[in-house]
Amino acid sequence: MTTTTAGNTFTNLANPTRFLNLSGAVLPWMAGVTALLFAVGLFMAFNAPEDYQQGVTVRIMYIHVPAAWLSMMCYTVMAISAIGTLVWRHPLADVSAKAAAPIGAAFTFLALVTGSLWGKPMWGAWWAWGDARLTSVFVLFLMYLGLIALIRAIPDPSRAARLTAIVILVGFVNIPIIKFSVEWWNTLHQPASVIRLDGPSIHPSILYPLLVMALAFTLLFFTLHFSAMRAEIWRRRVASMRRRAAQAAA
Amino acid sequence: MGALFVRDLKLSLRAGGGALLGILFFLAVIAVIPFGVGPDLNLLARIGPAFVWIGALLASLLGLDRLFQIDREDGSLDIMLMQSSPLVLTVLVKCLAHWTATGLPLVIASPFLGLFMNISGVAMAAVFATLLVGSPAITLIGAVGAAVAVALPRGGLLLAVLVLPLSIPVLIFGVSAVNGAIAEPAPFLQPFLMLVAITLFFAVLGPLAAAAALRASSD
Repeated sequence: MTTTTAGNTFTNLANPTRFLNLSGAVLPWMAGVTALLFAVGLFMAFNAPEDYQQGVTVRIMYIHVPAAWLSMMCYTVMAISAIGTLVWRHPLADVSAKAAAPIGAAFTFLALVTGSLWGKPMWGAWWAWGDARLTSVFVLFLMYLGLIALIRAIPDPSRAARLTAIVILVGFVNIPIIKFSVEWWNTLHQPASVIRLDGPSIHPSILYPLLVMALAFTLLFFTLHFSAMRAEIWRRRVASMRRRAAQAAA
Repeated sequence: MGALFVRDLKLSLRAGGGALLGILFFLAVIAVIPFGVGPDLNLLARIGPAFVWIGALLASLLGLDRLFQIDREDGSLDIMLMQSSPLVLTVLVKCLAHWTATGLPLVIASPFLGLFMNISGVAMAAVFATLLVGSPAITLIGAVGAAVAVALPRGGLLLAVLVLPLSIPVLIFGVSAVNGAIAEPAPFLQPFLMLVAITLFFAVLGPLAAAAALRASSD
């Protein structure tokens, strides 16, 4: 690495100022497209046919399924960020992991609440401990909260970053184990019906609104994530400026 | 490494080591359950194995914060970080010593506590066997939490919050193996072998992650 300017996009993005400029330019557009997609997606969702068995409650799916997907994607983003912190010492990776944790917890909570609301009329209970999917998502939620507690417990950001990254990666390894271990129990939750080898098993009239909503949720996640990352970078700059001012005053 | 094992074992078994406190806690947890659910012996026999497992899980979490804490306080952790032999191996040996001092007594005590819960002989043997292969996994997962929490004030509580969700698979396979031994259609060997696999898996991952965390928190 001879010059700092001639790098690929990855190293260019490592410069927080460049990230701030770029994300500042992109964010309004992303927010706009997110709002548009939500408008279209919700319109399609409310015009989609009702299920002959589940009636109107099937519309909960348009929130529940994207939120559940996002809860897992957010953890994946955190795990990639954790690798970035540990392997490349990428300065934005730890900002990304820290910013993603509360968002992931929020999506997981949303998936749990909508699942619970859907479960009451369908299964007859708000909560079913026998259900594998519900239980493993709940464990994921606990892990998000534990990670947030860990990030907040360590005052020094760089130390917090590396310790959190280690725990995130151990948790990421554990997620498949949790998923398969709970599948030993009898399960109420329906199996995957969108992503399958032989194509989606649900009707296009329900599938398309669901996909639009999923796209809207994904964009919402990245909008929130970028805003949170920007806020975190500014927060760190303010903290270091205060420290410098305090040192100058002393 | 042998010397380290003996040293850690001695330290935790001597007065102030707190190794046997775990058994006392285990006993207290098991004693609380009949007060909570009532003295119905049939019910206790059914839920007993699960509660013995949960009690052992909680009791092994209790002592975990001492895994690296004492070494940090007296400075020997810094020597372990600087020595030439790999830190991963040191952590593994420390985990083994910690399990021998705190986990193994729990495993040995479990059949006697099973008597309180009116557990049948077969179930008691199954609880003993599953705890014997499963409880090292809890120590090994907990080593990651202990290494992360070592530099923190109030690290003990954070450790439990971080480690409990990760140790759920151990509990699930442990209890389902015991249930497999009692009830006929459910298999015993399958979840039992999964439990062994989890322990071996975390015997690799746990010390690796714990060593990385110790290095990250030391500087």
